[in-house]
Amino acid sequence: MAQAISARGKFAARLARHSTGIIASVLFVAPIVWTALSAFKPAAEARLPPLPPWPTTGFSLENYATLNSFGDGLWASAQNSIYVSVMTVLLSVIVSVLAGYGFSRFRFPFKDLFFVLILSTIMIPFQSILTPIFLVLTKLGLHNTLTGLVGVYVTLQLPFSIFMMRNAFDAVPREIEEAARMDGAGNATMLLKVMLPLVWPGVVTIALFAFLGAWNEFLAALVLMTAQSKFTLPVMMTALQSGRFGAIDWGAVQAGVTVMMVPCLILFLALQRFYIRGLMAGAVK
Amino acid sequence: MTTIAASTAAPPRARKLVGAGRRQWIGLIYVAPAVALVMVFFVIPLGMTAWMSLHNWPLMGEHAFIGLDNYWAILRDTRFWNALKFTGYYTVIVTIAIFAVAFPLAIFIEKPRPLTNLYRTFFFMPAVVGFASASLLWSWLLNVDSGLFSPAAYDLGLIDRKFNLLATFQPAFWSIIAMVVWKVAGFTMIILMTGLQSIPQDLQEAAVIDGAGPFARFRAITLPLMRRTLALALILSVAGSILAFDQFYIILRGGPRNQTLTAVYWIFNQSFVSFKLGYGAALSMVLLVILVALSLIQLWLLRKPEGLD
Repeated sequence: MAQAISARGKFAARLARHSTGIIASVLFVAPIVWTALSAFKPAAEARLPPLPPWPTTGFSLENYATLNSFGDGLWASAQNSIYVSVMTVLLSVIVSVLAGYGFSRFRFPFKDLFFVLILSTIMIPFQSILTPIFLVLTKLGLHNTLTGLVGVYVTLQLPFSIFMMRNAFDAVPREIEEAARMDGAGNATMLLKVMLPLVWPGVVTIALFAFLGAWNEFLAALVLMTAQSKFTLPVMMTALQSGRFGAIDWGAVQAGVTVMMVPCLILFLALQRFYIRGLMAGAVK
Repeated sequence: MTTIAASTAAPPRARKLVGAGRRQWIGLIYVAPAVALVMVFFVIPLGMTAWMSLHNWPLMGEHAFIGLDNYWAILRDTRFWNALKFTGYYTVIVTIAIFAVAFPLAIFIEKPRPLTNLYRTFFFMPAVVGFASASLLWSWLLNVDSGLFSPAAYDLGLIDRKFNLLATFQPAFWSIIAMVVWKVAGFTMIILMTGLQSIPQDLQEAAVIDGAGPFARFRAITLPLMRRTLALALILSVAGSILAFDQFYIILRGGPRNQTLTAVYWIFNQSFVSFKLGYGAALSMVLLVILVALSLIQLWLLRKPEGLD
């Protein structure tokens, strides 16, 4: 009897738990799914309220096609976004791996000063130094270039990713390097062949954060990229949503937002482990 | 980079890496690119902000040194103070709202149980989407004619004519709060979860044996032991909210009637719409001082508990 009651109690608790979990999950995921589904409506239907969210008058890619007809087109901004994000990932990984290795394994003048300098930039909001960055880029001849934007994004990533990489290298036992040295490994071989495979999880983490940071950044891109041919997706889509290309086409907005969200979601779902690791590393420090 | 490093590499030796000598200097080459980037895109601009704030600096033409005049002008700039006041108000409300949602979620997913990982993934998904994407998405959902909320409420008979959520301050403001909570709660949840998981299980069990109820345990064990995590989540939320821009620019354009201009938004307007670069720099300095002060408070709150290390 008592067992039956406790079994029923357990079932009720489980039911309550999972209903809460499912309702909360739906609330968090619904806006994303709603947009992605609505984007497949024909343009005439996409203008109406999204009830129901899925296409009722036939599946269509019209919204994506329209999107490509605004200004320089969706594809042009998507290419800009891809270029900026990929370059930010590559450069921030290269720069942070080198710096992380340097800070972890060598003693040189001003080492502590440089490390504190890099980490302390996290305290300064980049929003407050955008005007001078604009002037510096002009001086360097990088005004209105995607390369200039990449430089800014890489710098924004450095405090987190160098901290991450230094800790990753610190965790590698020195005996491994000594053994490799005895086998005659030079500095380059040591870093690329011996050390890099050991700190690989850290590299994936910083690459993921660099991609998401660059892909999603809005204010710096809005301020620094003034030519429409250099717009990244967020800037392009905001221009469209503000009515800069005539009446607002909400179907095109849905399609554009979907294009902006999907890469982030795929990368997160595939590399979730590394993402959480990065957050933990930041939280536990 | 690597070729330079390789050519200066000393011949293989069995000695320790820490041995003094030329090889240690190579470290400088390894960190040089990072230091150069931080110099060009951070340190120099930071110095320039301070320098420009003492000038009348239009986009075109000559700039002139005017001492502290920009700062005196800030004191009289009621719209900036209003923006700062609004930013503060938004920061307090949104932080409370985020914690009110994120803390229960963190407790919900803390223990490994069936499906917990799946729920956690779902709750977290909006956090990896950018603020700009989220704002664009919600600007559609909030639209009076083509959006979701107002037409759905109308269809359900909850309101007798379509209501524009973005036309007046209160509904517009709370719509933004809802959007930000949706976007950020999962992130705060993970931070809080790491804190919850770091509390030793036997401490909770001992308290249960001593007859402490769930509320007493939460107050006497969970909260004190989570001090550093709570402080971190709090600071991240506060610093992020003070710098809020994307959602107010994209969804509201600072409206209705300029009531939702945030501090960063006002600086953006002064610097890149009115092109008063010197004045914008002075405003930036004020914002910078506020955030650095906040960071120092953060370092103090995050200090290691006394006696422990």
